[in-house]
Order: sequence, then C-alpha cells, then structure tokens
Amino acid sequence: MSEPGRHEWPLFEVFVRAKRGLNHVHVGSLRAADHDMALHHARDLYTRRNEGVSIWVVRSDDVVASAPAEKESFFEPSGDKIYRHPTHYTIPGSVPHI
Amino acid sequence: MTMEAELSDDERTFHRTIERDQRVEPRDWMPEGYRKTMIRQIAQHAHSEIIGMQPEGEWITRAPSLRRKAILLAKVQDEAGHGLYLYSAAETLGADRADLTRRLIEGRQKYSSIFNYPTLSFADVGVIGWLVDGAAICNQVPLCRSSYGPYGRAMIRICKEESFHQRQGYELLMTMMGGTTQQREMVQDAVTRWWWPSLMMFGPPDDRSPNSAQSMAWKIKRHSNDELRQRFVDMTVPQAEALGVTLPDPALTWNAGRGHYDFGEPDWSELTRVISGDGPCNALRIARRRQADEEGAWVREAAAAHAAKRQHAHREEAA
Ligand SMILES: [Fe+2]
Ligand SMILES: [Fe+2]
Repeated sequence: MSEPGRHEWPLFEVFVRAKRGLNHVHVGSLRAADHDMALHHARDLYTRRNEGVSIWVVRSDDVVASAPAEKESFFEPSGDKIYRHPTHYTIPGSVPHI
Repeated sequence: MTMEAELSDDERTFHRTIERDQRVEPRDWMPEGYRKTMIRQIAQHAHSEIIGMQPEGEWITRAPSLRRKAILLAKVQDEAGHGLYLYSAAETLGADRADLTRRLIEGRQKYSSIFNYPTLSFADVGVIGWLVDGAAICNQVPLCRSSYGPYGRAMIRICKEESFHQRQGYELLMTMMGGTTQQREMVQDAVTRWWWPSLMMFGPPDDRSPNSAQSMAWKIKRHSNDELRQRFVDMTVPQAEALGVTLPDPALTWNAGRGHYDFGEPDWSELTRVISGDGPCNALRIARRRQADEEGAWVREAAAAHAAKRQHAHREEAA
C-alpha cells in the first residue's frame, strides 16, 4: 500500500462455463471495485470470442486452499484404499455387463 | 549425488517437478531466483502488450474503412487483454499489478524494444500484424510449455488470439499490394523499416545472452534466441515472396546445406541503444502510459468509493 487509493480494487478469481453441460473452470483473475464490475470485466477479458455461457467471480481472499506442503498427509490416505476402485474385484468373465 | 543430498526436501520436489516436465504452481515452494526471474519475465511481457497498443492504436481513428477500423479496434483490445492475462499470472507469484505499472512508468522495468519505433503510415499496421505479431508467435508458442503453470496457460490463451492478428495484417498488406503504385511503395517502405527491429525482438545473439542458460535449465525458456530467430526468418521469407516485397537484407539466401536461410547480422548496437531508452519513441510511449494512469486515477477512486458506499448500505439494510 505504498500509494493511497491505488489498492482499493480487490482481486477476483474468474470461472467460466464454456458451454452447457460443462463445469465452470478457473481461467484467471482480475481487479475490480466490486462483484458487478468484476463480472463485466470478466466478460470483456475472458469471453471475447464466445468462450463462455456463464461466469462466476469470487473474491480471491475468500478462496480457502489446501497447502502444497501438506500434500502428503492431505491426499495420500486415499492411495491405500484400493477397494474404492472397480478393478479391485474379480468377477468371472462369463458374467455379462459388469 | 552428493549435490542431491545437500538439497532440502522443498528443493528436491522443485527440481523433480522441472525434470519430469511437470508444472510449478503458484503455492509451490520455488527458489527465490526462479520467482524473481518469472516475475521479471511475465511483467516485461505484460508491459510489452500494454505499450504495444500505442503504435497501432494511433491509427484507429484514421483507419481507411469501417471494416479496418473494427478489426484494428478488436486487435488492440486483444493486446490489452494479453497484458491483463499476464498481470494476472504475475500476481500468482506475489507481485502486484499496480506496483508493476508503477515500475514500468518509472523506467524500472522494461518492455519489448519493438514498440519504440513509430508507425508512419497505415501500411505499418499491416506490417506490425505480419512481422511483429509473427515474431511474437514464434517466441510465444514454446512458452505455452513454460514450467510455470499460470504463465503457460496465459500463453495458450494469447497464442490462440495471435493468429488473427497476424492474418489480418497479412491480408491488409495483400490488399494494399493489389492497389496503386503508391500503396505498394508504402508497404515496401514499412517492411524495410520494420524488418531489422523485428529480428531484434528475439533478443541478443546466444553468446551475448547471459540469463538464457538458467532460464533454459528451469524450462522457463525452451529454445535459444538464435534458434527462434532462424525459425522466424525461415517462415517469413516465403510469405514475403508471396506478397511481392523485398526484405532489406542482401545477405538473405537459401542455404541448401543447412536447410535454412542465411541472413545478415542485425545492428546490435541499435538494440542496446533502444533498450536503454534511446529509441525514437521511448519517451513518448512512457509519457502516454503515465498520462493514462494519472487520468484514470479519479475513475478508480470513484469506483472504489461507490463500491464501499454500496457495501455499507447493504450492511445497514441487513442489520
Ligand atoms: Fe499480444
Ligand atoms: Fe498480437
């Protein structure tokens, strides 16, 4: 905050749904005074060529993220649960459609 | 192996990510040098897009037809977009775009030397699209695989849009070449002026590019300056022939042995001069950027005040 008045536009993360049937996907960020302006800027910045049919904007400081340093303790417990995968189960080849 | 043992876990993870051609992402640990280099490169790139709006922007009100005006407006708007994608990528590294703008205006960060040349006629608009955007594409396509995730993703978006820039420029030139003798002379004159500065866009020759080796090791950069320059020349010569213009280099000849075009040496002292601030338009470009920043200040402040007021009213209502 070295120059007053400069920093009052917060950062927003932008998510775009490319077409019906797809999830919104994170495309980048932008600065705007408020949510309405963020939506308009996102429209101009990230969908100049029909890249989207719907936009979400979220204040960046409202995003809670997992820490890369805790990646192991956070994600690895799912690694040893092989029974969560369909290939864990042996079914005779003679049984159809399974 | 002894080196390996001295590395911290963080460093090992970082090097493994690079080695396996995976991407480094914003919250990952990274060496300070990598972060600094990345911020510098992305900021410099963002500044180039933003300053790059000026030479062509000057022709928007003087475009010869509504169609050309609409195209040029869209192209210049894209360049603004490219700048913003890149500032967004820089912010993921902890940089702050207002601060980066300040550094640009104060001359503490650089932008591509090419935008310090003037646009003297409407043919320059076509030549910039063809040669300058063409050279930018050569530089940028490999950057889509740059090791820093947000930078690579921004580059993918940018590259998709650059193709329109190059094609509209080439089409404009083809139209002019089919016109009067005077129009053809305008095109040739613009080509003659922009050719060497375009070759300089790839940076100094490899033996005089001190930071390149580290950037290659970190996979920020994938090809050397000279490799990319050669690729650009090889792509461009047949396009110049199809257009019917002469590239201003007597040394330019096909070398069957190498399978590449040989070409002359750009005047590197000119590049040094223009980079260090002594190009034809450096002062003008920065003054214009500063003016836009200062004249926009009240708008930014008013919008922030309006947003604060609305939020306040909203809170009162809720209470
Ligand atoms: Fe661009
Ligand atoms: Fe462009």
